[in-house]
Amino acid sequence: MITLLDCGVSNVASVERALHRLGAESQRATTPECVSNARALLLPGVGHFEALIRVLDDRKLRASLIDTIRRGIPFLGICLGLQALYDTSEEAPELTGLQLLSGRVRALPPVAKLPHMGWNRLVTKHKSRLLEGVDTDAYFYFAHTYAAMELGEETVASCSYGTEFVAVLEKENMCAVQFHPEKSGEAGAQVLRNFLRLSA
Amino acid sequence: MSLARRIIPCLDVDGDRVVKGVNFVDLRDAGDPAQLAARYNSEGADELVVLDIAASRDQRPTFLETIRRVAAELAIPLTAGGGIRSAEDARAVLRAGADKITLNTAAVARPELISETSLDFGAQAIVLAIDAKREGDHWTVMVRGGRESANRDAVTWAKQAVALGAGEILVTSMDRDGTKSGFDTALTAAISSAVSVPVIASGGAKLPSHFAEIFTEGRADAALAASIFHDDIQPIRGLKEFLAARGIPVRLPC
Repeated sequence: MITLLDCGVSNVASVERALHRLGAESQRATTPECVSNARALLLPGVGHFEALIRVLDDRKLRASLIDTIRRGIPFLGICLGLQALYDTSEEAPELTGLQLLSGRVRALPPVAKLPHMGWNRLVTKHKSRLLEGVDTDAYFYFAHTYAAMELGEETVASCSYGTEFVAVLEKENMCAVQFHPEKSGEAGAQVLRNFLRLSA
Repeated sequence: MSLARRIIPCLDVDGDRVVKGVNFVDLRDAGDPAQLAARYNSEGADELVVLDIAASRDQRPTFLETIRRVAAELAIPLTAGGGIRSAEDARAVLRAGADKITLNTAAVARPELISETSLDFGAQAIVLAIDAKREGDHWTVMVRGGRESANRDAVTWAKQAVALGAGEILVTSMDRDGTKSGFDTALTAAISSAVSVPVIASGGAKLPSHFAEIFTEGRADAALAASIFHDDIQPIRGLKEFLAARGIPVRLPC
């Protein structure tokens, strides 16, 4: 059973549909209790950093989310769900992220068209559990203007668009992707399958 | 590394059926939206657009149900529009399963609709659709399904919309739409050069060479077509292989 954190600001339904197509069961969590009880947690996200962080704080979800991830259950952040793991974001400089990873999410440089919207490829940095069975030249669907650009040990794959940024990160139980696996055809389905296997 | 150029089939929907016509008139039935969506998803489409061409208030629940049925078939992004007049309309369409909305006539009448929806849902969810018609040395914006002139320059309007928060521009050439004589590369290049967001070209596609032209001379980031895909005149896989052989980056389906 995958618990989807429903902040009301992202398209939870499309992630649900993708999981159901793969035969997985899911439930939505909107309260701290539901988050704490999760056996595997997924944080989807599109839209504005501020909107997501404000909902996490208004609904008092921040502490339970951090505790639950720290407890070691399988976690997958998608798009804004990756960005939220960092200290801060240029998109809403006055707010604090979940601070599970150090660094600041920054705007992609305006050397190319923004948002970075469409299908792009990855460069694998380390052996990845999420990318197991995915062709190295596979395309994934991205839709974002901000990104984590400080590549660390946890960066297992990067992508380049104007600059190099974190596309897939894995740090113990914590995984996150900047692209949308639920919108990335068969390659995206394989990433979700891998997460389901980690969650089994 | 460069972004793949996107191929986007478009479903013009009237209630719960796909329809097609020439120059926005003479509509004929072209099938079930969910069935076509499933087919394009498996054939390697990069995205799907669903437009409510009737865009009438009383047909709205039917259209939302169509979006739900289509979204259930897709593992690629879905854009939906037609008749979106408020942030509430937009929310209903996104809730039904669309990832992006298109704004057209209502944004011309009230440009703040772009900033309102962009703030609520993010620029990546807002596609401004422009129906443009050549008038002398420029292109003018047409509204109400292409029936009325808005007396506004298409390139200027595109720039203004991006400043207000549109994340993408879908530009349809009214002169080429339904003619199968090729995309309007001059119009698309003019808009693509003027704005900082991705541009989707629409209207007039038939041959693979038309797509190659719009991605090179036309500077389009994505190309949209309807009937050539519905009628299987141009299968998506073959089209992508043609483009790949000419060095245009595309996502080839496995």
